[in-house]
Amino acid sequence: MDLSFLVVQFLSGLASASSLFIISSGLTIVFGVTRIVNFAHGSLYMLGAYFAATLIPRLLDLSYGAPSFWAGVILSALAVGVLGVVMEVLLLRRIYRAPELFQLLATFGVVLVVQDVVLQAFGPQDILGPRAPGLRAPVEIMGRRFPSYELVLIAAGPVVLGLLWLLLHKTRFGVLVRAATQDREMVGALGVNQALLFTGTLFLGAFLAGLGGALQIPKAPATARMDLDIIAETFVVTVIGGMGSIPGAFLASLLIGQLQAFGILIFPKITLVLVFLLMALVLVVRPYGLLGRPEAPAGAHAAAFGTPLRPWSSTEKGIALVVLAALLALPLLGDVYLIKVATEILIFGLFAFSLHFLIGTGGLVSFGHAAYFGLGAYGAALALKHFGVPMELALPLAPIAAALGATLFGFFIVRLSGIYLAMLTLAAAQILYAVAFQWVEVTGGDNGLVGVWPAPWASTRLVYYYFTLAFAAAAVLGLRHVIYAPFGYTLRAARDSELRADAVGIDVRRHRWLAFILAGAVAGLAGGLYVFLKGSIDPSALSIPVSVDALTMLLLGGLQTVMGPLVGAAVLHSLKDQIMPLTELWRMMLGLSIIAMVLLFPKGLVGAFEAARERFAGGGR
Amino acid sequence: MTLLAVRGLCKTFGGVVAARDVSFEVALGELLALIGPNGAGKTTTFNMVGGQLAPDAGAVVLHSQEITDLAPREKFRRGIGRTFQIAQTFLSMTVAENVQMALISCAGETRAMASDARRLHREEALEILAPVGMAHAADRPCSTLAYGDVKRVELAIALASRPKLLLMDEPTAGMAPRERAALMELAASIARERRIGVLFTEHDMSAVFAHADRILVLVRGEIVAAGSPDEVRANPRVKEVYLGETGVAAAERARRAPP
Amino acid sequence: MTERPILEVEGLAAFYGQAQVLFDVALVLRRGEVTALMGRNGAGKTTTLKAIMGLVSARARKLEFAGHSIAGLTSFRIARRGLGFVPEDRRIFTDLTVFENLEVGRRPAPGGAEPWTPERLFAIFPNLAEMRGRRASEMSGGEQQMLTIARTLMGNPKAVLLDEPSEGLAPVIVELMARAVNAMKAQGVAVLLCEQNLAFASGVSDRAYIVDRGHIRHEGSIAALSADEALRDAYLSV
Repeated sequence: MDLSFLVVQFLSGLASASSLFIISSGLTIVFGVTRIVNFAHGSLYMLGAYFAATLIPRLLDLSYGAPSFWAGVILSALAVGVLGVVMEVLLLRRIYRAPELFQLLATFGVVLVVQDVVLQAFGPQDILGPRAPGLRAPVEIMGRRFPSYELVLIAAGPVVLGLLWLLLHKTRFGVLVRAATQDREMVGALGVNQALLFTGTLFLGAFLAGLGGALQIPKAPATARMDLDIIAETFVVTVIGGMGSIPGAFLASLLIGQLQAFGILIFPKITLVLVFLLMALVLVVRPYGLLGRPEAPAGAHAAAFGTPLRPWSSTEKGIALVVLAALLALPLLGDVYLIKVATEILIFGLFAFSLHFLIGTGGLVSFGHAAYFGLGAYGAALALKHFGVPMELALPLAPIAAALGATLFGFFIVRLSGIYLAMLTLAAAQILYAVAFQWVEVTGGDNGLVGVWPAPWASTRLVYYYFTLAFAAAAVLGLRHVIYAPFGYTLRAARDSELRADAVGIDVRRHRWLAFILAGAVAGLAGGLYVFLKGSIDPSALSIPVSVDALTMLLLGGLQTVMGPLVGAAVLHSLKDQIMPLTELWRMMLGLSIIAMVLLFPKGLVGAFEAARERFAGGGR
Repeated sequence: MTLLAVRGLCKTFGGVVAARDVSFEVALGELLALIGPNGAGKTTTFNMVGGQLAPDAGAVVLHSQEITDLAPREKFRRGIGRTFQIAQTFLSMTVAENVQMALISCAGETRAMASDARRLHREEALEILAPVGMAHAADRPCSTLAYGDVKRVELAIALASRPKLLLMDEPTAGMAPRERAALMELAASIARERRIGVLFTEHDMSAVFAHADRILVLVRGEIVAAGSPDEVRANPRVKEVYLGETGVAAAERARRAPP
Repeated sequence: MTERPILEVEGLAAFYGQAQVLFDVALVLRRGEVTALMGRNGAGKTTTLKAIMGLVSARARKLEFAGHSIAGLTSFRIARRGLGFVPEDRRIFTDLTVFENLEVGRRPAPGGAEPWTPERLFAIFPNLAEMRGRRASEMSGGEQQMLTIARTLMGNPKAVLLDEPSEGLAPVIVELMARAVNAMKAQGVAVLLCEQNLAFASGVSDRAYIVDRGHIRHEGSIAALSADEALRDAYLSV
């Protein structure tokens, strides 16, 4: 490894840092002013890439030359900026005061919508963009060839940083943005129209995302997966740099760019693990990132101000028994497909229930709960495939593997709160996703592990259904019991008032850590049950959409109700099962439904039902 | 007998001195009021005693044991109960459950997963709620109470551990006028009866001069006067920097009836 | 001729969560007049201002500014009608320079009036002129207090809600604050001034209200209040 190699590696690290910074600066500016973490920022980036990949060749047809190329880049970014404005006007300004869980979910709804729109508009093929005129030949640096376009990228980062500095310091808009980042309410009290300011900010943020995407085109094709790939990295950059800090984003991008460029030499498979370690380290030392500052205590918590828990009334006990009896009798219908779907519902219901325990009872809004579902599934599958452990032993390993993962990640996660916590959980899940994807020798990579079948005695759909029912029912009732036990009360106490909990002797962090491990173990059990149902597992089980599915189930069922998630799982999974085969636009429908639910129905189906019942019962306490 | 001894507490926030060499003592069954203008360092001092803030220098000693750098939860276990300026209760629980939660924590049962929390320590919780007049509302959700009642519940939570020292940060803030005197009366009578030392801050001078055994006057992070209500009332320095002519008159009216 | 007051408030009630902090507050601010809202800490002075400004949840029977209802408006619309707000805790944008802080507050002047400019404001607050490029985080408390008033005046308001400008300041700075209030008055800006400091209030105000525990307890001229010891004892003594 000679010096020239290190220099080239360093330069390519700078180039990726530039791209990362341009994208992240948009996210961090939007967050600074609106306090919304825009999940759809990656979608805007993807749109920028698609726009550029289709627009630039046409411009190059008109006049072959560098100006056409760069005009195409700017036009693409502008178009994305306009989409950002549309998004602000139609969606974001309705949810500025909503709990952050709802904000994240609603913007994830946009992610889903954009994914289907892109598929419809641009087709499923990756689109290879043109290379920049005049920058096609590599340059020689210390005897090594280096893409000349990357030199332009290296310059682009500092140029954007400089332009942003000018914009933010030398224009009235910029001064207002900086003032609003510090104190939105005071800016309003001085007569500044916040709505306009926010719209302008979204334009700027979306423009930067689009610019990042368009600049990427000569390096890599536009693909339908790039939205979620980039968003996790962008989250990491903004969290390390400090939410809302542009210099922080620059610093963090440089760190991560170099970490990836050189990390790949040392640990080729697990550069993302290094990135996570960096983030964990930074957050432990500086919980608000390198250049961030402490957040004012977050406003509304999604699950706060719940009503006291009460035991099941005799009616409710009756309903539970009827449901259980119906589940036991379901196979009598003799429909094998129905049994399969019911098994899946039980598994996802259990998964959603574990997440609900974490969010509703623990007050920890996790955006990466799929991590523990996947860890359980992979744990059991690996034990069976690599060590020949039979199902009877491999299945118990699922919750254990998930609990171990939750112990490790939870140690860092419970030190944070609010949006930082949500983003760290998401990043943790993305790390595991990347590991499962990249560590082909062990995990089978993209193909995953196949042939993970249950023991012969449990291999029929019918037996496996009852097997799953037994575990799911036991785990749900057990976890429900914990909610009513002192541990559950302690978690709710810490959620209601951390100050008060601390003042009555509760070690809040330790109890939350335990809750995180417990919820992780139950999710792992669900993952274990899932892998033996499917017979295979691949990295998608750990992906963001799986985490969001679980959140959507909670939203459907209502956050304040104990059994809501089970209803949500049944509704969402049945819908998915019925509608997905009929339409190519499933994701768009799901996305729009999530957005609609956040806007219209924030208490969920069960919550709405309970509210109606209380109204019906009259004002009695 | 000295319950709490605070020695030489200092705290600086970004160059601004919030507390400078603050020292005082609280005896068993004594009510000590901390008064002074806004920004004088009352809440800072308070949070250093309660463990919410770590002092730059100085010591907090409870029953001859140094507890300066302990977390609030550890100070609670040593016998310090506290109420907050904006009442902190568990809003998703009933009144009784709020107190039960504190009792569960006292008993070290917070990690228990088998028992039913609603049945634990319920009788004891009702006994604790009775003197603050909230036993009748034991099963009401805390979120449906009037704010004055929330303050009473908070007092009950703070008393649940049978504390030796009670910290009350502006106990009557945010309450309707009628409720203020009653709450202060209640807290004082419970403290005297149970020989609990009380450290409280308060802006309502009638509450201070009617109930405090001794008063500390804090101005710009420093104690400028300390003594009995009579001494503080008569102190020319206090009159000059804080009470003014009119404050002294108010203090005069609020003179406590001899016990 | 009796002109209608610039600000009229009736039946104003405000809440923090479950705690009601204002009860049926009624007051008027006349054009070009300085009116003091006196009371102890926690009496409800600040909340009254914030409720008028649309910054806390409140309801009112009548809340009219310059002849139009401002009830339920967002604070930026209220500000654009010409009502300025100077918060007690200053809320300076500490990352911004003095000049940039003034820029955030800048709004066009209503027709005809001579607009406030940084230069005119620097004449009232000479200290600010010397540090126009300095970041506000590097200013002293008194300088920040000057800046927060100057920032609000940049919006060319018809009336200003001014919350405890003298609090925690050295006597010389307090004198500057009094000059600032008088300069506003000279410009025809009405001021609703929250104060605990009777000496300061009586030096600049025409009339006074006393608020105690969320209720208005007294209304009258500032001279009468200064002379009435019983009243002062009852409501203003700390």
